Amino acid sequence: MDSEQPEGKVALVSGNEAAGEAAIRAGCRFYAGYPITPQNELTAYIADQLPLRGGVFIQAESELAAINMVFGASAAGTRAMTSSSSPGISLKQEGISYMVGCELPAVIINVQRAGPGLGNISPAQGDYYQATRGGGHGDYRCISLAPFSVQEVCDLTYLAFDLADAYRTPVILLADGMIGQMMEPVRFDHLPAPSPTPRPWALTGTPGRKRNVIKSLRLPPEELEAFNLKLQDVYATIEQREVRLEVTGPDDAEVLLAAYGTSARICRQIVERPLRQLPFKVALFRPITLWPFPTAKLAELAEKARGILVVEMSAGQMVDDVRMAVAGRCPIELLARMGGNIPSAAEITEKLITLFA
Amino acid sequence: MRSGNAGNGMGKKTTTKRTESEVKRVLYERPRALLDVHTHYCAGCGHGTMHRLLAEVLEELGVLEQAIGVAPVGCAVLAYDYVDIDWTEAAHGRAPAVATGLKRVHPDKVVFTYQGDGDLASIGMAETIHAANRGENITVIFINNAIYGMTQGQMAPTTLIGQKTKTTPRGRDPETTGYPLKVCELLDQLVAPVLLARTTVVTPKHVRQTKALLKKAFQCQMENVGYSLIEVLSPCPTYWHMTPMEAYHFIEQTVTDSFPLGVIRDVKDRA
Repeated sequence: MDSEQPEGKVALVSGNEAAGEAAIRAGCRFYAGYPITPQNELTAYIADQLPLRGGVFIQAESELAAINMVFGASAAGTRAMTSSSSPGISLKQEGISYMVGCELPAVIINVQRAGPGLGNISPAQGDYYQATRGGGHGDYRCISLAPFSVQEVCDLTYLAFDLADAYRTPVILLADGMIGQMMEPVRFDHLPAPSPTPRPWALTGTPGRKRNVIKSLRLPPEELEAFNLKLQDVYATIEQREVRLEVTGPDDAEVLLAAYGTSARICRQIVERPLRQLPFKVALFRPITLWPFPTAKLAELAEKARGILVVEMSAGQMVDDVRMAVAGRCPIELLARMGGNIPSAAEITEKLITLFA
Repeated sequence: MRSGNAGNGMGKKTTTKRTESEVKRVLYERPRALLDVHTHYCAGCGHGTMHRLLAEVLEELGVLEQAIGVAPVGCAVLAYDYVDIDWTEAAHGRAPAVATGLKRVHPDKVVFTYQGDGDLASIGMAETIHAANRGENITVIFINNAIYGMTQGQMAPTTLIGQKTKTTPRGRDPETTGYPLKVCELLDQLVAPVLLARTTVVTPKHVRQTKALLKKAFQCQMENVGYSLIEVLSPCPTYWHMTPMEAYHFIEQTVTDSFPLGVIRDVKDRA
């Protein structure tokens, strides 16, 4: 796309390119990544644009090197990002855990593909646990944002940098191959100029100040526990302040669809443009933050609902968070597709009728 | 120079009373950046000497306030407790990648990694080779003691043939574990590196040579010439099961057969 997008104009871009442009507009000045499908357009966009706009692009020798270059750039005090797809994100987990241990902000984009193993390059949502439960070793969480349109890829990528700064934590943007590859009209001109928070902890050399040491080694158990308690406090604040969600459909819906990302995209079609008349009202509950999960809102909706159908492109991972939020208030059903299959609107409609008509 | 403890042996105050005129002429003192603390290193370990040389060189080059160190996983992880500059830890083996990120963001700072043989030549070999191949303008200080010290004495990629370790209890057998890995010679196959040298710290002469090489390596970076690596053969009396003196002699008499000392590449002045 043309980065010189005139004000007030929309551009037709892919989700991957939108993430790249939004990151640069968010003040990202360092990117390191490794080739993997289906996110290569993002790396290519950054490789083309970032050096022209005052930043550093490095094609790293490995996913491990990429995340650790981002570690170094973040430690140096700049806004930094990496992206990959599922197998590559698995490799980055070591670095993410270390960044948490060192309280380093960064944005990590996962354009998910189907697993396990090499799997295939089709869209999937099998990395939900990994994104929302920490993913690497140790007790931590990463804020996980789940866009369901190209515009939302743009907006959430921009937001991810602010959240990473505010809480000094890696933030995951959990997209999938569909969101990454599809093209939609997008606006960028509403994004404000970036405002990175001051970084007195950054490594910049020591003129005029005492030295900084960035480390995750805390040998005395008391010290490490105190650090973990501090992290848990941060997470409690995030759970309080950063929950984001969208509910689409009638307020008096009897049946809820619960889905995020691409599967939410399909579900919304059923709510807004149903394939056939359903004998009950349906609304879509769509978490935008997967962690923190919108537990309170879902519990409230579940009070009035006859039942919830969770639609996932995995064996059923988000459904666990739905169960915990609903806590028995209504029945929960699951439509799970795997292997890179995207559930169709017809398939979801049939399931709704079978379950709730 | 035989004491491995930077904080203890070398800058120690003498108990002998001196006249005022004798005191005026300072022959030896603690470098500014070497913190006045006891190190955790074992008796006879080479890290203490190397920490001191690092502090001396950075001070003499006037870059203490520009220096950013990347500490490894291994015995030297706590290097930041001893040398008073900006530091970060890196995950095991990832120091060159972390240093790449730091240096690319701050091209005007002096960025170096300080790594052991397991960190640099085993788990971090990919990061080592590729940072060198890109010609990152960083300085790599490679402490080769031919063993994993922190985890209590396992075989390293640089362990000598026949050397007994926790994981080669009958001695390193090249049939099943390969040969001592020569990092400088390996990197010498690449185009980009500008200074590759192997040295040691077991005699005063060697310590002086090591200091000169270390200084040259940092100068390469300050003059934007490019990537340098100084490999230091360093004694590990504890896991070699030797006295410090035996370990020092072992390096001179045996380790240098597998790892010859010298400048492998110096193209600082190339056109």
